[in-house]
Amino acid sequence: MSSDKLTIKQRFDRWMIKHGRVLVIGIPYFWLFLFFLVPFLIVLKISFSVAEYAQPPYTPLFEWIDEGIAITLNFGNYLFLLSDSLYATAYLNSIRIAAISTIITLLIGYPMAYGIARAQGSMRSVLLMLVILPFWTSFLIRVYAWIGILDREGLINAFLLWAGIISEPLIMRQTEFAVYVGIVYTYLPFMILPLYSTLEKMDVSLVEAALDLGCKPWQAFAKITLPLSMPGILAGSLLVFIPAVGEFVIPELLGGPNTLMIGRTLWNEFFANRDWPIASAVAIAMLIFLVVPIMWFQHIQTKQEEGQQ
Amino acid sequence: MLVSEAVLEHVHEDVHKTQPWNNPDAVPYIRFENVTKKFGDFYAVDDVSLDIYRHELFALLGGSGCGKTTLLRMLAGFEEPTSGKIYIDGVDMAGVPAYERPTNMMFQSYALFPHMSVEQNVAFGLVQDGVSRSEIKELVAEMLGLVQMSKFAKRKPHQLSGGQRQRVALARSLVKRPKVLLLDEPLGALDKKLREQTQFELVNIQEKVGTTFVMVTHDQEEAMTMASRIAVMNEGVINQIGTPFELYEYPNSRYTANFLGQVNLIEGVLVDDDEKYAVIKSEEAGCDIYIDHAVQGHQSMTFWVALRPERLRITKQAPSETKYNCVSGKVEEIGYLGGISTYHVRLESGKRIKVTEPNSTRQIEPRYTWEDPVWVSWEAGAASVLNK
Repeated sequence: MSSDKLTIKQRFDRWMIKHGRVLVIGIPYFWLFLFFLVPFLIVLKISFSVAEYAQPPYTPLFEWIDEGIAITLNFGNYLFLLSDSLYATAYLNSIRIAAISTIITLLIGYPMAYGIARAQGSMRSVLLMLVILPFWTSFLIRVYAWIGILDREGLINAFLLWAGIISEPLIMRQTEFAVYVGIVYTYLPFMILPLYSTLEKMDVSLVEAALDLGCKPWQAFAKITLPLSMPGILAGSLLVFIPAVGEFVIPELLGGPNTLMIGRTLWNEFFANRDWPIASAVAIAMLIFLVVPIMWFQHIQTKQEEGQQ
Repeated sequence: MLVSEAVLEHVHEDVHKTQPWNNPDAVPYIRFENVTKKFGDFYAVDDVSLDIYRHELFALLGGSGCGKTTLLRMLAGFEEPTSGKIYIDGVDMAGVPAYERPTNMMFQSYALFPHMSVEQNVAFGLVQDGVSRSEIKELVAEMLGLVQMSKFAKRKPHQLSGGQRQRVALARSLVKRPKVLLLDEPLGALDKKLREQTQFELVNIQEKVGTTFVMVTHDQEEAMTMASRIAVMNEGVINQIGTPFELYEYPNSRYTANFLGQVNLIEGVLVDDDEKYAVIKSEEAGCDIYIDHAVQGHQSMTFWVALRPERLRITKQAPSETKYNCVSGKVEEIGYLGGISTYHVRLESGKRIKVTEPNSTRQIEPRYTWEDPVWVSWEAGAASVLNK
């Protein structure tokens, strides 16, 4: 019929109407496949092999033997993670430090987010800008700056000595305290921004209604504002907690030799010991630790979205 | 004022009972004394004094930004007056926080707590006051029954329709038996049909519980249907206070006349007056206007004659007496609304006048059509005369 007379453009449009949807959805999936799933599978593969002095430094998983593929799955790495208490300690330590940092970040971030959400128009954007501004300088430089502040000869000690408050410099760097300072400082914006967005959306008249019905201001906060900002608290906490567990740079630069965290352990296995299979097993185990809270978060988010509908 | 005293005198025998505002001995329940509220340099409320009596359903009426909501919020305790005093039941409210005031508010957005069920929302204020659990259950059930929401007690606010939310908000604000219930645009979020129905329900509930209601609205029809008295506000001041009848029949200014219902305002100067009548010569209308009562003012002073569209007659033939209150023109616009028709008549002077006429008998075809030459006339008692 008339299909002979269709121009190339018309044909393309018809094809797009039919398949465009798949194409659009396909692009992010392809991206995730290429840059998340493939590397993950490679790491997973390495975690089941054995270390050896070779290039690459591990045994192959698949081998051609007698015209067939032989798969050698070595669970030794995972068993080793269980047998050596170093790894369990590192995991638990990471989770403990991340959890405490998250709580501190929440306690500092909540009032800040609340203040920004209730600020007047132009002031609000200035305050938001101030929260985001540190991102414009390198994360590494900012952590180095903390070395200068917390060091034995750093700013704080210099000031306290000068003021005569202390006679001996305080040891702050290379302690767990410094790690908390670093993590809280670095991840505070990730707490403030989701909290701000839930608090800002909240109808102020809800708080007024609570006051009107007899609540003192702190009761109105506990009964209305706090429960209604729960999605923001959860989002912020996970955005801080998840990267903090695997944090490497901050404990490396600010923490002491005693601050055992899984990110550092991983780095040591990989670069110091050149034991790729163990390092991969550590990474996979960490991923599993983190996937559970991520899935929980997603579950809550979808539930919340359903609630809004 | 221009409202003749005689009119108010013969209204009713026991006015003191039903109209405490006309009883000099009545004690007001809510009193605003020279209240001013400034936001920066802006006067949201400017030196307002107002008395509201017990059991009244009082409406603050005005356009947006007229200060009506600020006045209500000061009563609720969300804003403190910059100067002046507010008394509720004789108690000075200065420094009394919202949570200790004997008022409850129904918010325009309803402000239902989204994380609580209907029941929990209504119970909220009672729980806060430490009322016993069994009593709370009883009171909540009673209140939900009153607003016909018992069936929906377990639902969350987002599962309700607009009208249902409005009922829950009403129940929540009434359950604590406040001395004064404040309503901020109580029907603003409802569609027209539901609004008309709810207006009467709200009045019925008010009569049942006997609480003093103060409401804010921009809808003159809503205010007139529901309120015992209305304060018309403009730019932070009260223009006029009165019953719907008084405001409609005896507006004190062009603003009030315009705000309540529709009106034709005709400018003119006083040329003749007596104790019994007045004549206003209007170039705008192109005729002399005869008024059957005296007006306060001197000769050649400018007045505005307010004529309601439904008080005007439209005829094809000239009326028998054309000396006063009679103008001719052409029909320019026709609006057929079923029950009534509205006509816009362009006078020879260029002024446009709106006339409404009830369609009390069935017509074979429309009475008037575009460009028909017509006469518009009115009785001597139809007009009110305004000096501002």
